[in-house]
Formats: sequence, C-alpha cells, structure tokens
Amino acid sequence: MRILQQIFAVTWLNLRNLPQRIASSAVAIIGVAAVVLVFAAVLSMAKGFERTMLTAGTEDTAIIMRSGSTSELNSGLSNDQVLIIESAPGVLRDGDDAVISAELYVIVDVKKKSTNADANVPFRGVQADAFDVRRGVRLVEGRMFEPGKNEIIVGRAAQQEFIGLDTGSSMRFGQTEWDIVGMFDAGGSVSESELWTDVRVLQGAYRRGNSYQSVRVRLENEVAIADLKAALEEDPRISPDVLTEKEYYSGQAEGLTQFIKLIGYPLTVLMAIGAVFGALNSMYSSVSARGKEIATLRALGFGPFSILVSTVVESTLLALIGGLLGGAIAFLVFNGFQVSTLNGVSFSQVVFDFAVTPDLLVQGLYAALIIGAFGGFFPAIRAARLPVAQALREL
Amino acid sequence: MKYFRLIWKNAWRKKIRTSLTILSVFVAFLLYSLLSAIGYAFKGGIDVADAERLIVIDKITLINPLPVSYQNRIAATDGVASVTHASWFGGYYQEPQNQFGQFPVDPESYFAMYPEFNMPEEQLDAWKRNRTGMVVGQELADAYGWKVGDRVPIQATIWTRKDGSRTWEFDLEGIFSTDDPRGSTALMLFHYDYFDEARAFGQGTVGWYILRVTGGADPVQVAKAIDSQFANSPSETKTSTEAAFAKSFMEQFGNIAMIVTLILGAVFFTLLLVSGNTMSQSVRERISELAVLKTLGFGDRSVLGIVLSESILIMLIGGLLGLGLGWIIVQGIARQFAAFLPGVFLSPAAIVIGITLMVGAGILAGMFPAVKAMRLSIIDALARA
Repeated sequence: MRILQQIFAVTWLNLRNLPQRIASSAVAIIGVAAVVLVFAAVLSMAKGFERTMLTAGTEDTAIIMRSGSTSELNSGLSNDQVLIIESAPGVLRDGDDAVISAELYVIVDVKKKSTNADANVPFRGVQADAFDVRRGVRLVEGRMFEPGKNEIIVGRAAQQEFIGLDTGSSMRFGQTEWDIVGMFDAGGSVSESELWTDVRVLQGAYRRGNSYQSVRVRLENEVAIADLKAALEEDPRISPDVLTEKEYYSGQAEGLTQFIKLIGYPLTVLMAIGAVFGALNSMYSSVSARGKEIATLRALGFGPFSILVSTVVESTLLALIGGLLGGAIAFLVFNGFQVSTLNGVSFSQVVFDFAVTPDLLVQGLYAALIIGAFGGFFPAIRAARLPVAQALREL
Repeated sequence: MKYFRLIWKNAWRKKIRTSLTILSVFVAFLLYSLLSAIGYAFKGGIDVADAERLIVIDKITLINPLPVSYQNRIAATDGVASVTHASWFGGYYQEPQNQFGQFPVDPESYFAMYPEFNMPEEQLDAWKRNRTGMVVGQELADAYGWKVGDRVPIQATIWTRKDGSRTWEFDLEGIFSTDDPRGSTALMLFHYDYFDEARAFGQGTVGWYILRVTGGADPVQVAKAIDSQFANSPSETKTSTEAAFAKSFMEQFGNIAMIVTLILGAVFFTLLLVSGNTMSQSVRERISELAVLKTLGFGDRSVLGIVLSESILIMLIGGLLGLGLGWIIVQGIARQFAAFLPGVFLSPAAIVIGITLMVGAGILAGMFPAVKAMRLSIIDALARA
C-alpha cells in the first residue's frame, strides 16, 4: 500500500507543476495530435466510402449480370434473357407481376463543382419497379420522370457535387436535351450519385436497341437467392452471374478501400514513430527540468519506482490529451466532408462523405497511448536512476 | 564556413536531444518523399505527355466507342501527320484484382505514334506476323513474371468471344521498355484485327484515336477542325492534348493533392514545433556562452548566423537522410505498384522542393532563438549566469 501511496503522491506532484513546463509539453501534445488527426482523416475516407457502398446493398435484392462482368458497365443482357429472369423462382411477385427492374447503365460527362472538370457520372435507365427493388429510395423534390420522355431525376449527392443538376434545369448530352424534373434521396447510398431516367428512353438515346445491362429483382426472402441462382445459372440460354446486392456492392467497395488502407496504415505508423521521437524529446526535457525536484524527492526517501511511474504517467497523459485533440479536430473538420471520386471498378463517380467513426477514434487513441508509453519510458528510466547527490549539487 | 567546427560542437552539445530532433526530421522527410512519389502517380504522367499528340474520344463519354471509319477522315484533316487508335479491353489475368491497361491496337501505327517505347526490331516483327500475339511493357512482365514465348490467358469482362468463351489467349512476342524513368510501361497490346474479328459484338468500332500534328501546326486549331467535322453526327468527338486528357482523367479521382498537402502540412507544422523547441532550449542553456562569444568580439550578425546555421544543419542532416531512404524505397515499390498505380516516381522537382523545405524549416525554427541571441546584452547575460 505504501508504494501505491508514494506513486500517487509523486505523480500528483508531477502533474500539478506540469503547466510550468507547458512549452515542451505542448510539443509532445501537438505531435501526437497530428498523428491522430492524419490517421482519422485518411482512414475516414475508407470508412465513408465503404458506408456509402454498403448502405446500398441488401440481402433480399439480387442483381443479375452477364457472366464474368465485374460491374454493370461491362455487362449486357438481351430482352429475352430479362424475360427468363422475370419468370424465375425466388422472385417476389406482386399479384402476377414480378418485382423487377431491368436497367441500362451508361456514363456521361458532367462537370464537378469542386474542380470544374469533366467527371464520369453514372446515368441509369430504370423501369417502374426501380423504387421497389431498392430500399429507402424516395423522391424528395419535384416529380417522377414520365415514361417515354427525356426527363431525368437526380440523386441528392449528385446534385450537390456536380454542376447543372438542379431540379427544373436542363442538360445536353450529345444531341439529346434532357429535363431534370426531380431529386431523390437514398439514405446516403451509392444510388445518390446517379442520374435516372426511363430505360426505354435511354436505350433509344444511346442506340442500345432492346438490350439491358443488369436486372435487379426483389427476392421472396433472404434465402430465395439460392433458388434463383440455381435456376438461372443452369439455364444455358442465360447462365449469368447472380449476386445479392450486398455482395455486389462489397465487391465494388473493396479496391478503393484496400488502397486507402494500404496507404493509410503505414503512413500512420511512420508518423507515430516520428511522434515518439518528439515525445521522447519533451520527456527528456521534462526530466532535466525537474532534476532538482526529483533529487529532493529521492533524498526525502521516495523510491525510484514511484519516480519512474510518475514520468510514464505524465507522458501518457500528454499523449492522451494530444490524441483527444487530434481526434476532435478530425471529427469537427472531416466528418461529413463530401467528396466524389472515380471508383475504378465501375469506372464512374461515387459521391461519399468522410466518416470519422467511433472505432477510428478509439484506434487513434490507442496509437496515442502507445506513443505516450514509448515516449515516456526511457526518460523515466533516466529519472529513476538520477544520481541524487550529483543532482542536488547542481543546484 | 570558418565557424563550422563551432556550429558542429554546439549542435552536439546535448547528444540525445539533437539525435531525437534529427530523427523526427528524418521521419518527416521520409514521409515527404513517399507521399510526393505517390502524388506524382496521380498526376497521370502529365510531364511525359507529348505536346504534339492529341486524343480523340466520344463527346458524351470516354466509354462510348467511335466508328473505325473515322480513321481516314481524321488522317485527312489539315495538320494531322499520323493517326492510330486503341480500345479498352478491360480484362484481367487470373484474378479480377489483376487489372491493367490492355489495348487492341494496330501494331505498325501504334508504335510509330509512341517512339518512347523501345522494343527489339525482331520482337516487333514477330508480333506483327502473329495475329494472336501480344507485347507487354517491362513493368508488367516483371509484375507477373512473363517471358517472351509464354502463352497468357486473359479473362474478358466485356468482350465475349464469338464462340461464347471469355478466355482470350495470347502469345507473348515482345517486351518493350522506356528510357524515361517517369514513364509507365504497365500495359499490354495486341492486334485490333484479331480482336475485332473474334469479339461477339461491337464490330467496326474503336475506343479512341491518337494523332500527331504536323510540326508547326497549332494543336488547338487541329482539335477544333476534327471536332467540327463530326459535329451533329451520331458520334460527336472531343479532341484534347494528351496532357489535358491525362489531367482531366486524373482529376476524376478528386482532390488527391489536397489530401496529400494536408498530411504534409500537419507533418511540417509538428516538425517546426519540435525543432523550434529544441533550438530555443539550447539557446536558453547557452546564454552565458553566447555572452562570452560576444565579449570576445563576435558581432551580432555572427551570433545570429551561428545559431541559425545550427538549426539549418540539424534539418539538413535529418532531411537528407530521410529523402535518401525515401528515394531507395520508391525505387523498390515503384515496380510493385506498377500494375495498379503506375508512375510512382520521386521527381527532381520534389527533391529540390524538399531541400528548400529543409532550409526554410531550419530558418523558421531557428529565427526566434537566433534573434534572441543576437539581441543579447552582454552585461545582462553575464549577470544572469
């Protein structure tokens, strides 16, 4: 018990006069804050992108594409094949009608607001059931496009990110003039990056005849995917790839997410090493500034162990303050920050928000604590070993 | 320079502190070199773009194909010296992650258009003779361990063959390289004629055209002449210089430069604090010594110079070591990244900027303590000691 009391007393003394050493302490704090800030900012891109892609995917919607296509853009299905899918088992039926949307997916050049440069914006032709095969998509402004007319509804994120997509305005792609008649919300999912129109109109405008690229169907339930898969993949007239929407979008998210992590984690480790050097520097100064204090304590009978602990606690506490500061700045500045990037897999733009999530902040704080512990350890050993007589003489 | 020994001795007065500061600087510049090399890849080879080459794509979007019949009409346009085309194949090798540029091209005109690619004459001839042959860049051959003579299967994601299969097999006939360290060779080329004949759909179209303007012709005027030729046709075109095309494509990824700058900003701000703190501490400890120097007749400017030089010296030692290690690492990872992020390169410009930053940070960090040292009044300082 005595040793605990000692440790507590020395640590408390140490922390109470911390403000006197504010300059060198501040260096340690800011160093750690920078690490946590950069870590949370970079990784929040991966988190946000993943969230946008995964929100779109449900287990009870299937997406059907030509076998071997890695994305909708590469796929192609004929009208006959769509009819086969319509009558396949496992598809939810509303009365006699299957809940299904055969879709065409092309990209158009629209200028990005942030760079004023052309970007590949996804332009999707959908059927009437498009809102039923997707969860949580609803029109929030204007009206639905009329079938057969050159009318577009745009996703909320697309409208915010790209130029000229306001409801009521019109756009020219090639030789066709399109009216933007409404805007839809999809709960922040990837659908919000898209422009939608009647699939028949889009087929005509892009000379695609009567062909489609993907078919989305609502499944009877989450296990019905197996029936649908078995039926379609064995049908020699079609043999497509059948995926749940969730599987499809996780695949689409993977490349970029991995890339950001591949850069982000080594970057953080390197920065953390740099911060350890900064913290070591601060703590060595702190120990030398407290030289006479430590020597006096030792002369009074306090043991070297309590001095050691007090120094490590000081360092860890400084790092923790830095970590909290960095995390708070990352959250305030980056959380919800909207950007748009080209997803290599779909070759089209995805608009997403940076997501500074609690687990990122916790990871950042762990990093801070590790930096603090390392940064305090060696100076603490020096403090504990300080020769008492010599230190007192230096007064 | 005559004070170098004095500056050197001063710098190492507290060995641990100076070493730690140098190590922080080292890490900062290691990060700097790695980030600028990756940032360079996101510029998409704008520096290596040929000012006389133009790219012609569909006006609505890059993915819409153009009729193959445009070739002759473009070639006949005033100011066009030569023209070739390429298309997007979009397949992969073994695993869907292994994607890279695969272009069906016309061998003769394509290599004439890109003189920066070097390939042994006999390999080029062998490729021209073999309809199912392909050639790849050195980076790609290294990444997948391919040798001339290998038969390589590529899985198509778009282009099914007429027989319904998705596997296209090619004989590797040649490997090309480039002398320019900034240029990427992570691409694979094969015969357009074979591709067009064997694919199940899309016959008679190409992805984009590449043309060279005649010497002296204004690329902007040539681009206008081509685009107006196809205006109001079902396939309108958009012609831009290679640099503008690369830039607009890379801009699609969003503001990568901003994110890199932000990280570097955070790193340098921290670095300045660490080293500024070191410098002011060491000046504080040395006040009596500085006063003695002044008593001996060192002028204000000399004292200022000595303190500043020490700060710059510390930055340069750490910074150059960091930049050096960064350079070595970049040489190593450039190959590994070649297939999915070609063009990772530490440019001479980045090295110059790096050294400028070292000196600049040294001055900023040392300025305040140096001025303090310069203004030191001998009597006060000695009295305090």
